[in-house]
Formats: sequence, C-alpha cells, structure tokens
Amino acid sequence: MCLAIPTQVKAIDDHGVATVELGGVARQISLIMTPEAQVGDYVLVHTGYAIALMDPDEAQASLATFAELAKIQDALEREASTGDRFAGTPSSAASAGVER
Amino acid sequence: MRFIDEFRDPALARRLVAQIQREVAAHPAIRPVRLMEFCGGHTHAIFRFGLRQMLEGDVEMRSGPGCPVCVTAAQDLDHAMAMAEVPDVILATFGDMVRVPGSHGSLQEIRAGGADVRIVYSPLDAIGLAHDHPDREVVFLGVGFETTAPGIAAAIMQAEQEGIPNLSVLSLHKLTPPAMRAILDAGEIALDGIIGPGHVSAVIGSNAWQFLPQRYGMACAVAGFEPLDLLSAIAALVHAVAEGEPQVTNTYARSVRPEGNLVAQHMLGSVFDVGPAAWRGFGEIADSGLHIKPSLAHRDAAKRFPVHVERVNEPKGCRCGEVLRGVVNPEECALFRRVCTPRNPIGPCMVSAEGACAAYYQYAEVIDDRP
Repeated sequence: MCLAIPTQVKAIDDHGVATVELGGVARQISLIMTPEAQVGDYVLVHTGYAIALMDPDEAQASLATFAELAKIQDALEREASTGDRFAGTPSSAASAGVER
Repeated sequence: MRFIDEFRDPALARRLVAQIQREVAAHPAIRPVRLMEFCGGHTHAIFRFGLRQMLEGDVEMRSGPGCPVCVTAAQDLDHAMAMAEVPDVILATFGDMVRVPGSHGSLQEIRAGGADVRIVYSPLDAIGLAHDHPDREVVFLGVGFETTAPGIAAAIMQAEQEGIPNLSVLSLHKLTPPAMRAILDAGEIALDGIIGPGHVSAVIGSNAWQFLPQRYGMACAVAGFEPLDLLSAIAALVHAVAEGEPQVTNTYARSVRPEGNLVAQHMLGSVFDVGPAAWRGFGEIADSGLHIKPSLAHRDAAKRFPVHVERVNEPKGCRCGEVLRGVVNPEECALFRRVCTPRNPIGPCMVSAEGACAAYYQYAEVIDDRP
C-alpha cells in the first residue's frame, strides 16, 4: 500500500496540480506536500499526491558509492586466492544478473 | 525509468552480495544475521529479486507488520462493512481492501449484495465522488500508514475549503514506530537489525528511527525498493552488527530526508490526534492510531454514522498474527497453501499483494522449480 513511484513533473497549474506520466498515462497529481517542486523535477507519487521531491545529487552520490564499492570488491577478489567465483569482466558478472 | 533502472544494475548487485558474504565470513559469530524488513513492499521486492536465496546462510530475513491491509483488525473491517450498508452511503476504498475477510464476508461480498462500494485510486477521487453525488454520503475508508495518511488529511482539508459537506473518513490509519516498539518489547523474536520502511520514512524522516539504536541497541537502515537499495541497506546492517555499533543509516537519501516531509507532518497534525489503535495480531497498541480531531468531528464517519459492531475472533487456525509479529514464517502455518491460497484466502496476509503469505505463496513455486 505504501507503493510510490518517481515521476517527472511535466506541467503545473495555478492550483498546485501537476501533470505527470504514470505507466504511460498522463495524470493529475497534487503538489500540496511538495510546494517547492518545479517543472522538470522528479517527485515520488503516492495515491495522487507527491510525497517527496527526488534529490538527483543524492541519487548520484549513492551510485558513486556503489561504483567505489565495486572497485574495492574487485581488488579484494583479485587478491583472494580461493577460486574465481566472482572473477571476470563486468559484462560477465552482469550476465549472472540479480534478476532471474 | 529514472531513479529506478540505475538501482537495478546486476553487476553492482553481485558485488554488494559478495561484500555482505565477505563481512559475515570475517565475523562467523554473527552468522546468520537476522533482519526484519518492516515493510510489505520490501518483502515483495526481496522475493522478486531473489535476494533471500543469494544471501542464504549468511542473512535471514523476517517479514514484519508493514502491510496496512493485513494489520487492520477484523472488527474494524466489520465496522467499515456496517457503514457501507447505511442507506445513502457510498463507501470509497483503495482496491486492496475489498477482498479482505472480516468476521462475516468482505466488502466485495457485500457489494455483490447491493452495498455501494467504490474502488478509488486517490482520496482526491473520493472528493470527486462527493461533489458528483451531493444527495449521497461518501465515506472514505482510511487505511494506511504515515505514507498514506497525509493524502487523507489533504482531502479532508480540501473538502473543508471547498465546502463539500458529504465527505467523511473512517480513520483506521496507523503509525509504524509504535508497532516496531511492540515487537521489540514483546521479545518473541531475536533480531539483529531492522530494514526501515522507505516511503513511510519519506514522510516521518529517517530520524524517526533513532530510538532503535538509542533505546534498543538495534541497527536500522532505511531502504528503497530496488535491489541495490535493499542490498546496500543489508550491507550497512551487517556491518553495524559486525562492528557492534548500531546506528540509523539512510540508504534511500534520494527520497528520504533525515527530518522527513515537514509539510506532510504538519497536515497530519492539523487533522489527526494520536491515540490507541487495534492491530491484527497485536491487539491494542497505545499511541499508534490517527483519530480525526474533535474540531473536525463532522468529517469523522465513526461519529457521523454510529453503527453497532460485535466483538469478533480471528479465523480459526490462521496464524496471520504471528506472521505479522515475525514470530513464524508463513510456511509454519498449517493452513498455508493447503487451505489458505490467494484464491481462497483465510487471513489478510494472503489477500494483500503486500502480505507475507501472498509473497511466500507467489514466489515459492519459482524457488522450488530451481535446479
């Protein structure tokens, strides 16, 4: 029930009602809880209301942390002499994907 | 889709799994690390992306009570059904509530019997219904946690401003931190850490979970719903357990601020008072419910349409309550899969898409079929 979806604000009318696209369909949502949202921003939508303004810098920071972690992990695995379970190029690791 | 796809990178996910395995291997005494994911949305994401199997032996996941439909007490559901049968009432509800069994039937069944039950996507739709049907009384069935309740508060405020008299709310809204406290106070299950609910925390803030390390010495990681979100939360929890340094980590900072959404919190405070609430599986939990303020009593369906509701018992043999408290897994219930299935659900944990029983049922076949 707490499902919420990030989506981009396409337009905002005079009443703080935004037009967004959800699942390929244009919808009107209320920005009453995120009055700072501007056209072009991404908001998190739950039951017709934006409940949070997405922070692109924080998203980038998380991804940068993951990339850094991956580098450290790769270095550790090269050092480890026990087998080569996770060895290989990023693309071969990708094909062992998390989504089955 | 932006803010989603980049958090599904399988190569990075594999590396996070390896990191978790490495950290546990370096601290064998903590193995297996037992974590509770509070949120039903997390339960489904963990199954869907196969995270349980990937971490098997190192990390054990327990589902928590984070499914608003599941924790709605049968008696409260009976209350909603009695209200739907009041002449001239249109009962508006989110879709996931209509199949949940009360003590005698569900909203779906009474709708088939002639009650006017409408499924809406948003509280805004309920305002539209009230506007379009001035001769009827629209009662919105307010179910949900801190994520959902601000939208209901907004709808009530809008109805006040626009002078729409025929909209009221049966507020069954619940607050999540008191339920987390109830689980830890009961001590029925030993946990090492908590995955904090992402979208609840977008409203209440990651700081709302500081009581977990401070009062219970329990690590908490607020997480989003993609594989990298969940794995980085699990990695943070495993690290905190290994180091013996419990703290609150926010691994969903693109959506969750430490202080949360202050506008939404203010709206909650304007419309609701905090009071006791009945939780399925728990009984009454103090200060865990949102009740419409006396100054807005004309928006409170419970006051406007007093109906008599009998005390009821939970379905016989159903262990939903223990599942919600994390004490047993769905497979430990004798009804699971034999009698209780998504087509014939006995308890609410099998009905809701977010229920732990539904998740175990839906994904178990996939797991069994694996070579």
